[in-house]
Amino acid sequence: MNAPNSSGWKPGTPEAPEGASGIETVTGNRGLMLEEPLIFEIGGSDTCGVDLPEPSRDTNRLGGLARSEPLGLPGLSEPETVRHYTRLSRQNYAIDCGIFPLGSCTMKHNPRLNEKVARMPGFADLHPLQPESTVQGALGVIDELAHWLITLTGMHSVAMSPKAGAHGELCGILCIRAALEARGDARSVILVPESAHGTNPATAAFAGYAVENIPATAEGRVDLPALKARLGPDVAALMITNPNTCGLFEREMKAISDAVHAAGALVYCDGANFNAIVGRVRPGDLGVDAMHINLHKTFSTPHGGGGPGSGPVVLSEALAPFAPLPFVRAVEGGFELIEEEDGVAAAPQSFGRMTAFHGQMGMFTRALAYILSHGIDGLRQVSGDAVLNANYLLRSLDDVLDAPFGGTGPCMHEALFSDEGFADGVATLDVAKALIDEGFHPMTMYFPLVVHGAMLVEPTECESKATLDQFILALRSIAERAKAGDQSLHQAPRLAPRRRLDETLAARQPVLTYEG
Amino acid sequence: MPRYFTEDHEWIEVDGDTATIGITDYAQGQLGDIVFVEVPAVGTQLAKGKEAAVVESVKAASDVFAPVSGTVSEGNAALEDEPALVNSAPEGDGWFFKLTITDAGELDGLMDEAKYKAFVASL
Repeated sequence: MNAPNSSGWKPGTPEAPEGASGIETVTGNRGLMLEEPLIFEIGGSDTCGVDLPEPSRDTNRLGGLARSEPLGLPGLSEPETVRHYTRLSRQNYAIDCGIFPLGSCTMKHNPRLNEKVARMPGFADLHPLQPESTVQGALGVIDELAHWLITLTGMHSVAMSPKAGAHGELCGILCIRAALEARGDARSVILVPESAHGTNPATAAFAGYAVENIPATAEGRVDLPALKARLGPDVAALMITNPNTCGLFEREMKAISDAVHAAGALVYCDGANFNAIVGRVRPGDLGVDAMHINLHKTFSTPHGGGGPGSGPVVLSEALAPFAPLPFVRAVEGGFELIEEEDGVAAAPQSFGRMTAFHGQMGMFTRALAYILSHGIDGLRQVSGDAVLNANYLLRSLDDVLDAPFGGTGPCMHEALFSDEGFADGVATLDVAKALIDEGFHPMTMYFPLVVHGAMLVEPTECESKATLDQFILALRSIAERAKAGDQSLHQAPRLAPRRRLDETLAARQPVLTYEG
Repeated sequence: MPRYFTEDHEWIEVDGDTATIGITDYAQGQLGDIVFVEVPAVGTQLAKGKEAAVVESVKAASDVFAPVSGTVSEGNAALEDEPALVNSAPEGDGWFFKLTITDAGELDGLMDEAKYKAFVASL
């Protein structure tokens, strides 16, 4: 094994925790926390972890195309490889380690019951090409989850196949485009409020629409007069996020939808923040025509790299005929899948197929397990606790951190702060990095863009008051240092395995391959 | 050569019917370290107030809007390899693109330097 990395935190460096400085180890490891080199630095390309027989010359049909250069792959045995990644994972921070307060992301606990259900062989060992008669239970899960999503949102129907939130957005916008085209009313513009999710304009542009912004009011909500002034025969849809990315409920949502409909356009609602209102507000009652639901946000399926994502789209009666194929339909005594070959009769106006198969089955089982284990009263409590936790954070910190919309009333599921009041030279980035030293994953930074130096904190319903109090204590102390101009904040994180990385250099000159 | 400014923090310097456009020192300060710039291709027709270029910093990606309508005559190729020019010389070597102005009358609504300074001070 080569020498461990020379960079990064080491015992004995000046920044080491009190009492640890001066202790040297020959390996650079610290106790059972191991300093980890790159995988290429462990296994040279001249070694191999497995014994492969020499290929027979007779079977080489590559002609002159056979590779003459070595592959340059590290040669490690299975245990060496497993240990490398396990050691790296111990330096990772995950929702199973502690609070993950990323606003707009909704990092909530993944209940182990979901995992147990998803691993049942009757679900886990299925293949999407199995005959329908052998997967009736799985199709029943899709149908039952669809029923719950329709009921909770007060919508007409749901497209289950989209593979993630942004994919769901695209599905909804393609339904809107198909509906407009079906009535011979091609329109070219989609309006997106400043307080919408960042993926919304990207979706609209990807679907071929021009994107125009609608400004936010000083209260952080959609400027209804400005929206009304812009609506016209060229506007296909409004893409609105409710609750919005300032963590605020759009109180005028019904008036917004009515104005959009009166102009002949449709309402797409980004349902990423449905977790704040589930069990209490039905978007269908607010005039929404299409809304995706991120199962990981509202219904606790794994997030990010632990995914995959899943973004079912609930649709109004006006859009339902245009939903994508394939979909599950209940028939006498069971369920059937409507695919292209039979789709012409069953769904003549469908805009087509978005995915190879019928959705993220592994996420459907987890989401349904979550819904059934909570029930409707439990889901009401989920949104209530999420909002309560966010307001507890907001009111526990708004005397040391500027809360730009704190004066307008309670927030929803996330608390938004700005860098107003920080001493010159101290930035939101410094505060976020200092949270790492205190043992917390930082909050979302510099988003939403409508707030200067934004810090968006989303505790979710999962955190106990004890955890929130610890987080508040840490953030309060860092905020006070930021206001006092404590320049040592620029050095943070000082106690992490790696210090502050050069994000600028990494973005300008990324090194994406190992060059030994 | 006269130089004008927009409320979206672009500057435009006019030389006859050719204009050079970039983002202001205030804008680069707000964005932080610039890591990527996408300038419009030569020949692109730009409309006043519409997206013309993209600037990406470690914090965010932002649109740069055309202060006036026109046809792009040159993009600043140096920004491809050295986006940091926008930080070091935003109102000089860090210019974004040049265009041939369609309607010089569109310049009338823009701010001069004194007005822009007062505008920034009010933010």
